[in-house]
Amino acid sequence: MTERSEGTDRQGTRRLWPRGLRARLVVAFVLVTVLGAAAAAWSSAGSASSALVTSTQQRLTETIAGQIGAITPQLTYPPDQVALDRLRAAVGAETLVTYQNLRSSDGTAAGLVTDALRTAVRTKHRLVTQRIIADGRPWLLVGTPVTITAPNGARTPSGIEVYSVRDLSGVEQQIEGLARSAAGTAALALPLAVVLALLAAGSVLRPVRELRDTARRLAAGDLDARSPPQGADELAELTVTVNEMAESVQASMAAMQRMQADARRFAADVSHELRTPLSTLTAVVEVLATTTGGMEADARESARMAITETHRLVRLVDDLMEVSRFDAGTAQLRVEEVEVTRAVRDCLRARGWLDRVELVAPQEVSLRLDRRRLDVIVANLVGNALRHGEPPVRVRVSASSEQVRVEVTDSGPGLPEHVSPHVFDRFYKADAARTRTPGSGLGLAIALENARLHDGDLTAGNADGGGARFVLCLPRELEDR
Amino acid sequence: MAAILLIEDDPLVRRGFQLALSRHGHDVRTADTGEDGLRELRSSRPDLVVLDLMLPGIDGFEVCRRIRAAGEVPVIILTARGDDFDVVGGLEAGADDYVVKPAQPTVLDARIRAVLRRSAGPPDGVRVHRDLHIDTTSLTVSLRGAPVTLTPTELRLLLTLSRAPGRVFTRQQLLEEVWEHDYLGDSRLVDNGVQRLRAKIETSPASPEFVQTVRGFGYRFGPG
Repeated sequence: MTERSEGTDRQGTRRLWPRGLRARLVVAFVLVTVLGAAAAAWSSAGSASSALVTSTQQRLTETIAGQIGAITPQLTYPPDQVALDRLRAAVGAETLVTYQNLRSSDGTAAGLVTDALRTAVRTKHRLVTQRIIADGRPWLLVGTPVTITAPNGARTPSGIEVYSVRDLSGVEQQIEGLARSAAGTAALALPLAVVLALLAAGSVLRPVRELRDTARRLAAGDLDARSPPQGADELAELTVTVNEMAESVQASMAAMQRMQADARRFAADVSHELRTPLSTLTAVVEVLATTTGGMEADARESARMAITETHRLVRLVDDLMEVSRFDAGTAQLRVEEVEVTRAVRDCLRARGWLDRVELVAPQEVSLRLDRRRLDVIVANLVGNALRHGEPPVRVRVSASSEQVRVEVTDSGPGLPEHVSPHVFDRFYKADAARTRTPGSGLGLAIALENARLHDGDLTAGNADGGGARFVLCLPRELEDR
Repeated sequence: MAAILLIEDDPLVRRGFQLALSRHGHDVRTADTGEDGLRELRSSRPDLVVLDLMLPGIDGFEVCRRIRAAGEVPVIILTARGDDFDVVGGLEAGADDYVVKPAQPTVLDARIRAVLRRSAGPPDGVRVHRDLHIDTTSLTVSLRGAPVTLTPTELRLLLTLSRAPGRVFTRQQLLEEVWEHDYLGDSRLVDNGVQRLRAKIETSPASPEFVQTVRGFGYRFGPG
């Protein structure tokens, strides 16, 4: 139930963030793995590519410097156009060589050499490199002044400048390859991460699921339910706590049941113990009753009171014993085929109620039930109506294909609203002042128990006319027991 | 007036019933244990035993079985709880009827008189059904010439059933006629009585010839 309400509360966030623990764990695990793999790949690809660029640049620069160094001694000075061409050819393709107004170039090199590079070469008098992007491709520009070394070792700038352009596309492709393989590695890690996440989720969720099942069984009343704690983590601690809770609930339930059973056994024992003195009393009050004629008036009154109260006590103890049997679950049905209308009439006749009660029974209704228990129910309902309601009291027997109904209606003011829920309570007195009634106070409770023993029901309410109405419903098919 | 043996361990209950039953005209002797009761039974030969089931020493069921084994003296048991266990056990031990404690002496007296009444209706000579002879005047029964000893209840049951051979008696009718119970009588009394009667007059009680069961209704006397 909690789950459902939570679900509706979080409907909005549910789409972005999965609700199940398992899905959350998997998503988190995969995110962390992918981010980690991507970061590692990115940083390693970055450092690898910068190392690659640096080494390529160095190699190219060294090659150019070497070629220039090798050709320089053979040059005439000041150089002419031919000398410049030789120098350019020696350095290789995509090279521009200048000397004052002379220039020798091939390819697109001349166009790519920037003014910034020229200026840097002229002012610094040493080799300068620059990386540029042209036509969407990376290029390395190398510019260097040519120095003349005199036979005495003196070095003088010659005024010749060599600019060479080298295509770096190859390096770029290598770097891209590196990045691709890094992404590939990260992609390979992804399914692995999912599998690991599922395994981790499983190991976390199994105890959680076991705990949930245990809690459900506990809630359903199976107080023996426990989960075995596994390991020493927080979940194991929670499991131990839940087990302890179940233990203590079970202990208090057992204590309560014991107390309840004790109380019931006490009632049964008391009524049982009362039977022996009551047997004596029942026997001797009859002797008393036959001899009251010769007594003085007050002795006779006392004897009559003793007789009346003894009979009352007997009825009370009988009812207590009956209730004890219901409480102990030892009440047994003795089912036989009974004609309900006749049974009701017999009940009324036996108690001398036939002239005070109107019996409405349109047809014969045969039913398998416990004759004595039906008699108890009807006697209690009619007795109750005669005592607390007003005449006429009506008993109506009716039958449908599923059930047989016996309605007892009186013509009094009906049940007050505050009484209706309690009419079947034991020893319930509707009117606190009226503490003495001929009944035991258990009659309606016993009637209800008897109805339920038949898989039937007994309900109390008010008739349309205003009187109290009790309805006994007995199922047609009583399960064999 | 009947000679009654009351076996009851509680002295006040014993004395109370002795007083009350005496006022109903019975001659009541008492015993406070089963052993005592069985001794008294042999020496005083009562017409009927009223037996409490809760006894020190040998219990009421065993006492009842021994009384039944010793002769045809009717037994009415006092069941302290009115529980089925007592009733069923007592009837199986051979009791003719039972009264639930605390019993009113008037009720007990009525049961005593019913159980002791042997005849059922005016005598009409000897009824002969195959080799079963029922003499309604001398109230004796013989099977293949040999006398059959029946308790008063068994005899009355047989007389009632054989009065109208072929007619089906419901348990309720038999309870009212034989045991003189009201409409809430315990039909187990009838079933138990029929069983004991069959054991005495049927050649094969499992497939009875005389007292036949009519399933769902009751019993009838078999051979026309």
